[in-house]
Amino acid sequence: MSQFFTAAVLTSTVAAGIALATPFLLAALGETLGQRSGVINLGVDGIMLLAAFATYYVALRTDDVLLAILAGMGTGLLMGVVTAAVSVTLKAEQGISGIGVYLFGLGFSDLLFQKLVGTPLPITTPPQVGIPLLDQIPVLGGMFFDQSPLVYLAFLLVPVVAFVLNHTTYGLKIRAAGENPAAADSLGVSVARIRWSTVLLGCTFAGLAGASLLLYDGIFQVNLTQSEGFIAVALVYFGAWRPSGVMAGSLLYGLVGAIILTWKSLGIIPLSGSDLAATAPAVITVLALLFVARRFRQPAALGKPYEREA
Amino acid sequence: MQRPVHRRALPALLAVAALVAAACGSSSSPAPVSSAAAPASVAPAASSSVTPAPAATAPASAAAAASGATSATTLKVALVAPSAVNDLAFTQSMVEALNSIKARYNLQVAISDNQFVVSTAANVIRSYASQGYNLVIAHGSQYGSTLQQLAPQFPNVSFAWGTAGSTFNQPNIFAYQANSNEGGYVQGAMAAMLSTSKVLGVIGPIAVGDAKLYVDGFCAGAKSVDPTISCIPVYTGSFSDVSLFATAAKTFVSNKADVLTGTAQAVVGAIGVARADNLPWFGTQWTQVSLAPHNVVSSQIYNWAPILEQIITEIRGGKLGGATYTVTLGNGGETIQFNSGFNLPANVKAKADELIKGITDGLVNVPQ
Repeated sequence: MSQFFTAAVLTSTVAAGIALATPFLLAALGETLGQRSGVINLGVDGIMLLAAFATYYVALRTDDVLLAILAGMGTGLLMGVVTAAVSVTLKAEQGISGIGVYLFGLGFSDLLFQKLVGTPLPITTPPQVGIPLLDQIPVLGGMFFDQSPLVYLAFLLVPVVAFVLNHTTYGLKIRAAGENPAAADSLGVSVARIRWSTVLLGCTFAGLAGASLLLYDGIFQVNLTQSEGFIAVALVYFGAWRPSGVMAGSLLYGLVGAIILTWKSLGIIPLSGSDLAATAPAVITVLALLFVARRFRQPAALGKPYEREA
Repeated sequence: MQRPVHRRALPALLAVAALVAAACGSSSSPAPVSSAAAPASVAPAASSSVTPAPAATAPASAAAAASGATSATTLKVALVAPSAVNDLAFTQSMVEALNSIKARYNLQVAISDNQFVVSTAANVIRSYASQGYNLVIAHGSQYGSTLQQLAPQFPNVSFAWGTAGSTFNQPNIFAYQANSNEGGYVQGAMAAMLSTSKVLGVIGPIAVGDAKLYVDGFCAGAKSVDPTISCIPVYTGSFSDVSLFATAAKTFVSNKADVLTGTAQAVVGAIGVARADNLPWFGTQWTQVSLAPHNVVSSQIYNWAPILEQIITEIRGGKLGGATYTVTLGNGGETIQFNSGFNLPANVKAKADELIKGITDGLVNVPQ
């Protein structure tokens, strides 16, 4: 165990954990916006897959990372239109429609990959960018300030989303639509419009999550997300629908995963326990979820389509 | 009060159904995705270069004679595989083998790839068996229990599965396996000679089957060159999680590893790390040169074609199972393919050649 507690190993482990947490954080932040307005989107994973493929394909063809990220976000936005149309306008049962979106993303991203790419080829991933001065801080600099730009963006979005939700009129309308849509409607708030906007934003975030995952891996593969989108939905519950809580859950999941890998590579976890240890991130997060979920209440109108009274 | 939403439910359900239908358009159904029939006059080879394990007892000459008599008949072969046909690893090795022999052996081939979910794969295997396929290949050790249940229900259908050593004593199940530890041993020795930090990064999925054999062989080979070298494998727990493989590779690199290897479909993530950090990479199952043209040192290639030829010959001779086959460096079922794009030092190449010859001749014992 002593070899784990060295500056170099701790730095690389925490840095890896933060990078692993980023797709979860982006997707869960977007899902938080939707759920606070009353819309649960179980299609996040499918949207991430489609966005990851779009990012991959554009990067492969153009070698332009920024354009590739925009393609991923655009794909998320497009799927947001589909999701909002089905869940908000058509008022479908949100769980079922979300699963439909997920299955569509899973199958269609693979279909596109097989038809448009075929043999997998790697793309050029963006380099890590150190923040001047901060990245020179011993140990902490390497942990936190020498990451991919998308990692910084994800963590910067946490206070932004928190501010929007808690300190703006738009945030108030979101919360009203999620807690008591009838009351919000009576005060002149267009519940449908608010929910459309949060679903579009949330799906765009999911697209960005897919893009960040793809750029981390540098290649696309069928079911690349490995259900990360579903974990992101669970992390919204873990985080009690608060951006800071969602960030804590994402970091917990990412860091536990990175620590387990490091312990394996150092021989701290014996081979006989390797497979059991691989389940640790999920087990710890579920246990934490069970503990946290008892203390907070979900938005009252979550998952309920809103129909104005006659 | 909210009104019932039945009026809106139908279009919503239709929209969802459309999405689901579109999602099902990938290659998960058991429809043939590739098939070809060779001219009826093309006769199969009378024998292959692969020697069966002791369990295989059918006289080759009799089987060959029988096969010659029936080769005009198209043999329907189905492949069910866990990952994509172009995964540059386990599945692709079998797909390429089938493609290489289907014309010569007059095969009609159907492939269902991406069958990670065993319960779904079981339905696909059953579907092929009930559709009259002569041979259903379940290409993954996770499909064993499925075959054990299905084989007695379809006594006229031949099944093959691997990598595994057991036919479950069923007369219509063939098993095949790979001595991947042999190629692993050669590549491990090369890795130890290339490493300056004396830390190797070895990534596997789950410690079973040919993955464990390869990993164990790699570390044994490395330690045969330098007993003090660090070769601690990481098993991620997943065959398909690219991010975990990438993170494991990055973890190794940050812990001073300067040569990497791995086995499973998800190695593409780790190869990306080798490429980004310009580190040597050793591949297995299939060539991975296209992913890192200047970093892949060599790849251990599985060539299942000789085994498939043997199985098909047996089936045409009337024997539907009961034999186990093994690919090795010695019988040509495994080869080490060196990448000309990697500048391999002459002494390392010479060591590899020496070990390959030693293993082939039985002079070098590779630990199991």
